Amino acid sequence: MSDSNPGQYSRIFRDGLWDNNVAIAQMLALCPLLAVTTTATNGLGMGIASLLVLLISNTVVSMIRGIITPQIRIPVIIVLIASVVTLVDMAINAWLHPLYKVLGLFIALIVTNCAIFGRAESFAAKNPVLPSIADALAMGIGFTWVLVAVGAVREILGSGTLFAHASLLLGQQFAWLEMTVIPNYTGPLLPLLPPGAFMAFGFIIAIKRLIDRKVAALKNTAPSNPGLLQKT
Amino acid sequence: MTTIASPKYRERLAYQAMLLGGVCYLVSMLLIGGKLSTEQLIEQHIINDQLMMLEQVLPADSYNNNPLTEATLIEFPEYFKEPVKILPAKTGNQLSGAALIATTPGWGGDMQFIVGLDELGTVQGVRVISHKETPGLADKIELSKDQWILSFNGKSLGNTSKIQWAVEKDGGEFDQFTGATITPRALVNGVYDTLQVYQTWRNQGTETMGTLTTETATRGESSQ
Repeated sequence: MSDSNPGQYSRIFRDGLWDNNVAIAQMLALCPLLAVTTTATNGLGMGIASLLVLLISNTVVSMIRGIITPQIRIPVIIVLIASVVTLVDMAINAWLHPLYKVLGLFIALIVTNCAIFGRAESFAAKNPVLPSIADALAMGIGFTWVLVAVGAVREILGSGTLFAHASLLLGQQFAWLEMTVIPNYTGPLLPLLPPGAFMAFGFIIAIKRLIDRKVAALKNTAPSNPGLLQKT
Repeated sequence: MTTIASPKYRERLAYQAMLLGGVCYLVSMLLIGGKLSTEQLIEQHIINDQLMMLEQVLPADSYNNNPLTEATLIEFPEYFKEPVKILPAKTGNQLSGAALIATTPGWGGDMQFIVGLDELGTVQGVRVISHKETPGLADKIELSKDQWILSFNGKSLGNTSKIQWAVEKDGGEFDQFTGATITPRALVNGVYDTLQVYQTWRNQGTETMGTLTTETATRGESSQ
């Protein structure tokens, strides 16, 4: 695998955002996904924190992949990820303290996010630095959009708002994101509780499968039916 | 797939042990560096957070000492499982009130809260520091979500009887939330218990203070 392959990066991003998405295709990292997504803002914050850790760990693992032997690869990767998470945790606590108050609990939990280890082990340990960074970005953004989607569904159905307290996370200039979708909402509580997380996530997976099936059906019928191809 | 042909020495145990040790050493150095450069800032943030919390429950002009540094942890097993942190507020050497940090079990887990009291034990303010109650239902105990927590202000053991220190459902003076009774009930009981803790603690405290004042009084007399 080298830079001579022009389709490589579009493949990486297709994988990360949809085809091989960490959450809705690989079914990894469900613990943070289900736990924090009571609002879209929480999902976004967790997504950004995961993306940051993924980016650093993929870069470092890819850089040292030449000197690490297969026998000790796993312990080395674990030590690296654990330290990166600890350093990110300390840095955010010290320099971005308001953000830490919102996300503090979840940052330490990133270490249990198997997706980070999964990408380091299955991609960064075998690929050069640039594709590994691209992979981290793709997988991180893919994870983030699923977190935000699950969070948005649960927040709208559970409390009638969208991106509540976003200005706490992103700063005052993002106050416009905070929306009240349904004023004076007194809807069911279920979406905010853990079972609601499973349901919202289940529906998103189902929608992805439906879309995939439609796309596959189109592809299959297209060559045998040139008329359809011309129409579309 | 770039599988670099690995030299023979890499297969040796010593190389791998050295490598793993080296990585651990480097990483430890990084962590020590990170800890050293952030430690002070983080400590400062924690102190600021506590000060902000204190300002919300005790009027800043009611004391001129630093209650945070004079805080003591005292066990009151008859009221709370975990020790209560008492932050005395003083004007000069005179006790002018206190803030008490206590933990009480709620619906979803322990709730930590702070109660600010004036000298006579009247509530100046209550805030929940941390809780695990159901979001959207019982989290109205947070001031950012609901004004409910302010209903404690001005209450004391004297002006509110033991029966009135309860949620309306139990015949008391405090509202419950629709669908959530356990959380407000636990908090009302918790605040009530901190008032009793304060009374006990102050009675012990004033005894020692009382001896102090008599001492100064006698000294004053003898000098006359």
